[in-house]
Amino acid sequence: MADEALFLLLHNELVSGVYKSAEQGEVENGRCITKLENMGFRVGQGLIERFTKDTARFKDELDIMKFICKDFWTTVFKKQIDNLRTNHQGIYVLQDNKFRLLTQMSAGKQYLEHASKVNFR
Amino acid sequence: MSRQANRGTESKKMSSELFTLTYGALVTQLCKDYENDEDVNKQLDKMGYNIGVRLIEDFLARSNVGKCHDFRETADVIAKVAFKMYLGITPSITNWSPAGDEFSLILENNPLVDFVELPDNHSSLIYSNLLCGVLRGALEMVQMAVEAKFVQDTLKGDGVTEIRMRFIRRIEDNLPVGEE
Repeated sequence: MADEALFLLLHNELVSGVYKSAEQGEVENGRCITKLENMGFRVGQGLIERFTKDTARFKDELDIMKFICKDFWTTVFKKQIDNLRTNHQGIYVLQDNKFRLLTQMSAGKQYLEHASKVNFR
Repeated sequence: MSRQANRGTESKKMSSELFTLTYGALVTQLCKDYENDEDVNKQLDKMGYNIGVRLIEDFLARSNVGKCHDFRETADVIAKVAFKMYLGITPSITNWSPAGDEFSLILENNPLVDFVELPDNHSSLIYSNLLCGVLRGALEMVQMAVEAKFVQDTLKGDGVTEIRMRFIRRIEDNLPVGEE
């Protein structure tokens, strides 16, 4: 059902498509990342709407973050977040040691500046 | 025990929704970038082609099907194994041409178009054109040049979605010059 490989390939095409279209217009890395973020925003919004239809209201911010780290991340990336840290003042750091969208990529230093493109969520 | 099973199907449904939503975001973005529908269709086809040439490897690695001896076998494998594996649906095969080189895939429900409506100003947009590109790319990697196009589309008011596949020719491997 909408297999993992298919989604990963689609995601790759999406990223390279956005960058290719940018090459003809503005060549700003920042603009493309914004485009990707906006796409991710729409997708995330839709997903959360469907996903939390039946769950109870969230009590506080920490509850929301726990939901994202456990249920949401498991659904989207098939595993839980490995580490969640906070300074209790609104900043949360989510750490995933094996990010599914990047595992298929080679681990050389060659294209390091393009790595940020992939993380459009 | 049953709660575990529930979670399983729920997360499968969610990952197919993730795919559908991502595809929707992609098409929306393409419509914004390109002015007319024809360009978007071409772009979707190209992207599908790139996906197809890689997907075929994953497919062959996972499905263990042997070599197909003729186009009919190919059609069967596409409908019963490939579509089932990746999209969870089994289209039916109909309308074989008398020469046996054209057939139609009929999809009762297309998972790509869940929650989708085509606005009026995009009436010539082929929303699921990615699928045509995927089929073309994948088959080209197994030495078959084909053409795939949408004949009916539920988004445009038809009852089913129909993809017409036409076999063009078998691709022979060309050895590079000087290597015999």
